[in-house]
Amino acid sequence: MDVIVCVKHVPETAEAEIKIDSTGKAIEKIGLVFDINEWDDYALEEAVRIKEKSGGSVIAVTVGSEDADSTLRKCLARGADKAIRLTDAKFEGCDGYATAKILQSAIKHLPFDLILTGALASDDGSTMVGPILAELLGIPYATMVKKIALSDGAARVNRELEGGLEEIVEVKLPAVLSVQTGINESRYVSILGIRKAMKKEIKILGLAETGLSENDVGEAGSWIKIEKMFVPPVEKQAEFIKGTPEEVAARIAEIIKSRGLI
Amino acid sequence: MAEIFVLSEHRQGQIREITFEMLTKGRGLAEKTDTDLTAILLGKEVRKQAKTLSKYVDTVLLVQDAKLENFNSEPYKEVLSNLISEHKPLLTMIGHTSFGVDLAPSLAAALKLPLATDCINLRFEDETLVITRQMYGGKVNVEATVHKAESYIVTVRQAAFTAQKPAMNGEIIEKPCSLTGEITRKRFIEYAMPPSGEVDITAADVLICIGRGIKDESNMPTVKELATSLGGVLGCSRPIVDKGWLPNDRQVGSSGKTVKPKLYIALGISGAFQHVLGMKNSDLIIAVNKDPNAPIFNFSDYGVVEDLFKIVPPLKSKIYELKGQKA
Repeated sequence: MDVIVCVKHVPETAEAEIKIDSTGKAIEKIGLVFDINEWDDYALEEAVRIKEKSGGSVIAVTVGSEDADSTLRKCLARGADKAIRLTDAKFEGCDGYATAKILQSAIKHLPFDLILTGALASDDGSTMVGPILAELLGIPYATMVKKIALSDGAARVNRELEGGLEEIVEVKLPAVLSVQTGINESRYVSILGIRKAMKKEIKILGLAETGLSENDVGEAGSWIKIEKMFVPPVEKQAEFIKGTPEEVAARIAEIIKSRGLI
Repeated sequence: MAEIFVLSEHRQGQIREITFEMLTKGRGLAEKTDTDLTAILLGKEVRKQAKTLSKYVDTVLLVQDAKLENFNSEPYKEVLSNLISEHKPLLTMIGHTSFGVDLAPSLAAALKLPLATDCINLRFEDETLVITRQMYGGKVNVEATVHKAESYIVTVRQAAFTAQKPAMNGEIIEKPCSLTGEITRKRFIEYAMPPSGEVDITAADVLICIGRGIKDESNMPTVKELATSLGGVLGCSRPIVDKGWLPNDRQVGSSGKTVKPKLYIALGISGAFQHVLGMKNSDLIIAVNKDPNAPIFNFSDYGVVEDLFKIVPPLKSKIYELKGQKA
């Protein structure tokens, strides 16, 4: 089974304090640690597991700057055989739609039975790259995938619904599956894997190689253009408790007691 | 007359709340843009649902077919594409739900119409659609313009709008189903509910919830002890279930449980909307997080900006002290 996994190099912001930069349209990136998007990390692991079980190959593809090489190296170290980076100054400002078009331009020339993506990216959370890629390639797809069982020519998948419910759907292969976090448990990268990865080549493609025009990519080829970024308005601002940990603990305990919960 | 479409989302015979939230927002937008509000209902034997929807809209467009019984993006996309091509609505609203995210992107790409996902607000400025959405797990909001088109598609975040009471008496128009042939590329098989565990977090008065800030599984006993001191139970946000440290029936949020305890303590939870959706109506919310700008503080009664491991041990001691017991 030949699997392509689409990954994105993103800043880790879940636990970082973030600031809006001077353009007022983006966050300050300096000081942030960049890594593979968490959802894509699960997609990568799933791709490698499929290869280990059924043979074939894994190709990791990204749209991003040269910095994204660290994410691609991680993919190679974890078991991807090849990596492709789509890079061009004209790709700046791409939304999920433009990104999907760029990915499709490269993927359509590759052999594949299955394409895996993360269900969303932790930066823009757009949830659209996987299903749009499928539409552009003319193949079926499923999103929010929590479990994949492959059989001859089809994938039976569990999709996550709301409130703990799941639905089981069957899609014909080749297909695009966008995976949800928690679908597997990712492995540690071995030193040998890292050494091997350093020797593998990362293929770099620009706008000219994609066959797309300038109007297909970047801001011009996107559906969404960010005009301004701002701190979310507060619904109910917490009263902050300050002091030493002991003082804070004492105050919290008092509050809980005053509600009759101790 | 131009229209605004709202796609009704229903599951196992029930219209889902997001539908009424979108109808409320759609009503406001229709008034401002001088358009009609139209609910789109696709399903099998759903005339009763059409009746309910008619009280919120000018028109219900109803398409019934056995192939539309359970949600499946393939037939839904085909039928909806035809309706949009025929009516050219100014806007089509779809829920940003598991159902909506499986449908809207490929629908938009197929129709070559622009899509904005996970909108928490939207308005028209002249003829340009301006949307508000969140980025970086809810840490910032952005206002964005959508590429100019004659028809737009959006997905709308759950609970972004409050559903209002019905005030209309619209017409129900049944349209023949445009589906031809069998649906073979993607088939709905069945619903599956993971078995539930011993603890029901929705029944707890005191819920101690942990998130990414817990760092390592070896830190679990510390927070468990705090829960025990308060006679409460341990719940969590998504990353903890993903790591397998707690079973999935302990997860609070849109893909987990909705809770309303008397006391909710959030430890190391940043407060992405998926989580907040499941806990914001708790009676008393206390959050501990290192990041002073964590969104969780915007939904809490009390906040502590500190490493949770500095607060949890003395808090546990204080609680036992007040109970007159030794820890």
